[in-house]
Amino acid sequence: MARRRISPAWGFLAPALAVIAVFFFLPVAAALLLSFTDFDVYGIAHLDRVRLIGFGNYARLLHEPRFWIALWNTAYFVVLAGPLSVATSLGAALLLEAKLVRWKPLFRTVFFLPVVTTLVAVAVVWRYLYHPRLGLLNHALGLVGVGPIDWLGDPRWAMPALVLLAVWKNFGFNMVVFIAGLQSIPERLYEAARLDGAGRWATLRHVTLPMLAPTFLFVAVITMIGYFQLFAEPYVMTQGGPGNATLSVVLLMYEEGFRWWNVGHGAAIAFVLFAIILVGTLVQLRFRRAEAAP
Amino acid sequence: MTRRRAALAVLVALVACRRDPGESATVEFWAMGREGEAVTALLPEFERRHPGVRVRVQQIPWSAAHEKLLTAHVGGALPDVFQAGNTWLPELVAVDALERLDDRPISRDDYFPGILDTNVIDGATWGVPWYVDTRLLFYRTDALPAPPRTWADWEAAMVRVKERAGADGYAILLPLREWQMPVILALQRGANLLRDDDCRGDFEARPFRDAFGFYLGLFRRGLAPRAGDTSVTNVYQDFSRGWFTIYPSGPWNLGEFARRVPATVPWSTAPLPAPDGGYPGVSLAGGASLAVARRSPRKASAWALVEYLSEPAVQAEFYRLTGDLPARRSAWRASALASDGRAQAFWLQLQYTRSTPKIPEWERVASKVTQYAEAAIREDVTVDEALAGLDHDVDAVLEKRRWLVERGR
Repeated sequence: MARRRISPAWGFLAPALAVIAVFFFLPVAAALLLSFTDFDVYGIAHLDRVRLIGFGNYARLLHEPRFWIALWNTAYFVVLAGPLSVATSLGAALLLEAKLVRWKPLFRTVFFLPVVTTLVAVAVVWRYLYHPRLGLLNHALGLVGVGPIDWLGDPRWAMPALVLLAVWKNFGFNMVVFIAGLQSIPERLYEAARLDGAGRWATLRHVTLPMLAPTFLFVAVITMIGYFQLFAEPYVMTQGGPGNATLSVVLLMYEEGFRWWNVGHGAAIAFVLFAIILVGTLVQLRFRRAEAAP
Repeated sequence: MTRRRAALAVLVALVACRRDPGESATVEFWAMGREGEAVTALLPEFERRHPGVRVRVQQIPWSAAHEKLLTAHVGGALPDVFQAGNTWLPELVAVDALERLDDRPISRDDYFPGILDTNVIDGATWGVPWYVDTRLLFYRTDALPAPPRTWADWEAAMVRVKERAGADGYAILLPLREWQMPVILALQRGANLLRDDDCRGDFEARPFRDAFGFYLGLFRRGLAPRAGDTSVTNVYQDFSRGWFTIYPSGPWNLGEFARRVPATVPWSTAPLPAPDGGYPGVSLAGGASLAVARRSPRKASAWALVEYLSEPAVQAEFYRLTGDLPARRSAWRASALASDGRAQAFWLQLQYTRSTPKIPEWERVASKVTQYAEAAIREDVTVDEALAGLDHDVDAVLEKRRWLVERGR
């Protein structure tokens, strides 16, 4: 009789798995359960005041104008800030890897600085930059004859203002990833391109960018996931205002869950956001795979 | 053998530590922000008068306080005594966190009636006012020689100020993201805000509609800037420069204005105007209370601390330390506060305050007021649409409350 032996690997894995189960899967499962209840501040003291409402929270979301506004705002932010952010990082990486540039470590550090500074501190400075009457940005625009813009107070401009801030704050991280990608491209490919008489543009299109494809995928997915979770920028800069113009899905979830203690409803928003990000990531992966296949 | 004996000794010592009688008489006290810091100066006297009782103060930042109190209650970690904003009390009552104070001796006549009332929920008293807060007018006396007494006076005065200020100045600053001003105006008109046992919104009713119209008119006529809080980075500078003349605000700005507005800028305070006669008009009953946790095992000592902090002399000293206005009227007299020029207006205003609906959902309802007021100010919606939307949203917020009331809980 062959005795089934448990692989000793499990023994080594068990502590880590236990930690993940207790601190990750259990809370996620609890949150999923919560999203089917109307657990709120009344439920804290008396569990009999909690109703099991099935998909009620999800159904309510469909009829909640602020949810759709938040979804639209978040999509707007991702679509605007995502490509802009990736393009800026790539541009900065290409510039820093150019042969003519000196003091590369200095520039790399300077460009990376915004990533490691706290947003709350940065926000104070940016609020002054964006100030409609006293701000540096409007002063500069005034010099070229553009009228003052109420950056954070005008619903049309508030989101672009946050996009600008987010791109500035985050491009350094992706830039470093791109630099690593660029450095891993073998020099011989560039030599071959030069021998074939390729110009700078042709080299970029046919050597650099194709070789960067895996890096691109990584950067695009990470950036998208990060930007879908837009929270800190509107939280510290505008609190979702003016007039819901910068209300994001995560900010709405935070308000529901932690400001108003509608924990059940907040959990439902979290799972909707999870589903959206999952779908977005899968689409991107599929897209790249289809591209890489032929 | 010796090792085992040593281990036993350690164990005994540990148990003995836990049983230390001094430990059980330590009263845990949570206070917020600056109050948490200042109150420590008052405690040695309390400990001297109550030998064997020690007080341990934990200072909680205001921004995290509300959430922390709720989570602490859920986790069974509430302190014996704590400070709470008086608008949080209904929620803390709903989660059974508070000890009833009905049988405790409270000098009820010595408190401002409107403020004391915020601590009474469903007929029971749950907190003792510690310090008080309300809103009234801060204004420049050079641009506005006499404070207005009626809405009509007020409006006429603001029109005159605006005419003199021109396109770059305003009569009044009303931050768009604050619910207080439209709600105060509505309370002055006698609005109930909610109806059916606080289970539905009552914002389409006449009183609120009138007040809302008056409030919107201030923006439509250019008397108030359509300024979000992002375009006002420094109220004191803007006030000193004359960008606006009137600013409805609270007692914390008495100290701030005195410190940050240059001496060359003459300013004063005045109670709020009333819709017609009956000056002054009512304002909000704000402030913070002291409450005792229901699960506290040291309620006697906890109550002794509340009583001590409520003594007029201690209140007067607390005012000196923090600038927070005392909740007890005798403390005002004791500290000569009632005769201080700029505080005088608060003294008068505090006799005329009304509480907002005492339900856990109030802050959420208030955020809806902000949302629709802001939309109406930006003219994204008409007044009718705003009020209908407000009632609709508030009804949705109060759905759970209706269910509970119907079931008689």
